[in-house]
Amino acid sequence: MIEIKDIEKLAGLARIAIPDNEKQKLQKDLESILGYVSELKNAPILEGEAEESYVKNVMREDIEHYDSGQFTEEILSEAPDRVEDYFKVKPIF
Amino acid sequence: MSLDISKLTIETAHVGLMIGDFKSQDLVQAYIDEIKKTNSDLNAYLEVFDDAMAKAIEVDEKIARKEEVSILAGIPFGIKDNILIKGKLCSAGSKILGNYHATYDATVIEKLKSKDVIFLGRTNMDEFAMGGSTENSAYGPTKNPHDLSRVPGGSSGGSAAVVGANLALASLGSDTGGSIRQPASFCGVVGLKPTYGAVSRYGLMAMASSLDQIGPITKTVEDAEIIFNAIKGQDDLDATSAKIPVYPQEEDANLRKRKIGIPKSLLSEGVDDVVLENFYQSVHKFRDYGYEIVSVDLSLLKYSLACYYVLMPAEVSSNLARFDGMRYGNRVSGDNLLEDYLKTRGEGFGPEVRRRIMLGTYVLSAGYYDSYYNKANDVRNLIRSAYEKVFEEVEVILTPTAPSPAWKIGEKIDDPLQMYLGDIFTVPANLAGLPAISIPSGETAEGLPLGIQITAPHFREDLLFSFGKHFTKL
Repeated sequence: MIEIKDIEKLAGLARIAIPDNEKQKLQKDLESILGYVSELKNAPILEGEAEESYVKNVMREDIEHYDSGQFTEEILSEAPDRVEDYFKVKPIF
Repeated sequence: MSLDISKLTIETAHVGLMIGDFKSQDLVQAYIDEIKKTNSDLNAYLEVFDDAMAKAIEVDEKIARKEEVSILAGIPFGIKDNILIKGKLCSAGSKILGNYHATYDATVIEKLKSKDVIFLGRTNMDEFAMGGSTENSAYGPTKNPHDLSRVPGGSSGGSAAVVGANLALASLGSDTGGSIRQPASFCGVVGLKPTYGAVSRYGLMAMASSLDQIGPITKTVEDAEIIFNAIKGQDDLDATSAKIPVYPQEEDANLRKRKIGIPKSLLSEGVDDVVLENFYQSVHKFRDYGYEIVSVDLSLLKYSLACYYVLMPAEVSSNLARFDGMRYGNRVSGDNLLEDYLKTRGEGFGPEVRRRIMLGTYVLSAGYYDSYYNKANDVRNLIRSAYEKVFEEVEVILTPTAPSPAWKIGEKIDDPLQMYLGDIFTVPANLAGLPAISIPSGETAEGLPLGIQITAPHFREDLLFSFGKHFTKL
C-alpha cells in the first residue's frame, strides 16, 4: 500500500515538488504499476551466477584529454546563472 | 520539373543527385514545401533548421566538382530531439531543457555530418523518451499522418511521422523499450533498434542506459541498412559500445531453408484480432515461400514488462538527477537551494517523467531494492539465456510489433499501466540487448498501418535486413 505520506517522502527524495492536487493520482498510478510489477515474485529463480555480459565496460587512462578552459565558455553560456567562469548557485549552508 | 518525393528512397535520391535529375537544393526545397503544408497539423517537427539550404548548396557544389560523395550526401533527415547537434536547441520534448543549446555533436551526428547528410529539423517526442504515443511532449502531441485523430506511437513519434508523411527521407530515433519500432509500425514505416553496443550513444540524452539504442526510421529496409552501416561502430566516448563482429553475406537461396521461431505464448492474450490476423498472414507468406516455421518456448517473456518497468524507472531516476537547474537548462528560483531543486524539477518535468522518477526512487529505496531491482535483474538474465537457447534452433523470431494499431489521442493518457502493456512485443529485445526491426505488414480496414517485428541474435542485423528485404518482396 502506498500512502500519501509515502508519495511526499518519495517526492522529497527525488527533489520534485508535487502539487497537493496531484498526489492522489500519483498514489493511484504508483499503486497500480507496483501491483503489476509485483508479478516478478512468481518468476523463476536464477540459479547460480548470471552469465557474463557480452558488453564489456571500457576504461581509459586518467589523463587530461583537453586543454584547460577549452570548452568553458560554451558550457557556461548554457548556465542559468554565472559569475565569471563559475556557476552561480544559492549557498548550501 | 516537379519532384515526387513520395516515391524516393535513399538509393533513388542518390542516383537522381548523381545523374543531375535534381539538385540537393531541389530536394530540400521539396521537403520544406511539404513541411509548410502539413507540419502545423502534424506537429512532427519542433523546429525546422534554417541552415538546411546552405548545406544543400555545399553538397551541390561538391557534386558539381565531381568530388566523391557518400550515398547519404544531400539526403534530408529528421533528428529526434534528444540527440545533440552542436549549437542547436535540444529539448528532449521537455520544458526543463526548453532553452538548451547542445554544446557538442553526438557521435551519430558527427558520422552523418561527415557523409554530408542534411538535417532538416528536430522531431517531437515523448518527454525524455518516456511514453508510447508522443502525447507526453511538453510541446503538444504529434498526430499520426494516416489519421490525424490518432497517435503516431512513441516515443520517437515525430521521427516516425516525418518519414511517414514525407517530411524527411529518413530520421533517427532512440529505442529503450520499443520507441523506434512501435511508432514505425503505427506510421507505416521501417524502424530498426540495433544490438545494444552497436551504435554509440555519446550525445544521446540518457534515459535508461542499459537499454537505450539509437537507430534509423526509414521507408525501406534497404534504407535502414544504409543508415545503420553509417552510424554503427565502436566509440571511445561510449564505454558500452562494442567491436562489431562481421558475418559473411548470406546467399538468398540459403535463406529459404531457414527456420523462423514464433513465441506462441506471447500471442495468447491481449492482442487485437486484426493484429493477429495480419500477423498470421505474414507468417503464412514466409511458410508458403519455404521457410520452416516453428513454435519456440519464450514463456518467460510474460515477465518482461514487469522486469522492464522496474529496471527502466530505476535507471531513469538516477539518469535524470542531472537535471537540477544548476549547470544548464531552466531554473525555477526558490527561497533556498533545496527549493531551487524542488521547483526546477517539479515545474520542469511533466507528469510521466515525474511518475517514472518517483517509481524508480521507490524500487531503489532501502527495503525494496532486493525484491524489485535485484529480482528484475535476475529475471532479465533468465530472459537473455532463454533467447540464447532459442537462437540455437532458429535464425530469427517473428512477432507483431505492437498488440494494436494506433489508438486515439487521449484514449490511454490517464491510465499509464494500459499504455505500458502496449510494449509487450518490443521490450524483450531491449532487455536482452538484441537487434530487432519493424516492417510494414499491411493495414486495417480503416487504413491504419500494422507492422511485424523480426528479432535476431546479437550483432546479426544482417539477418534482419535479409529476412526483411525478402519479406517486403513476398
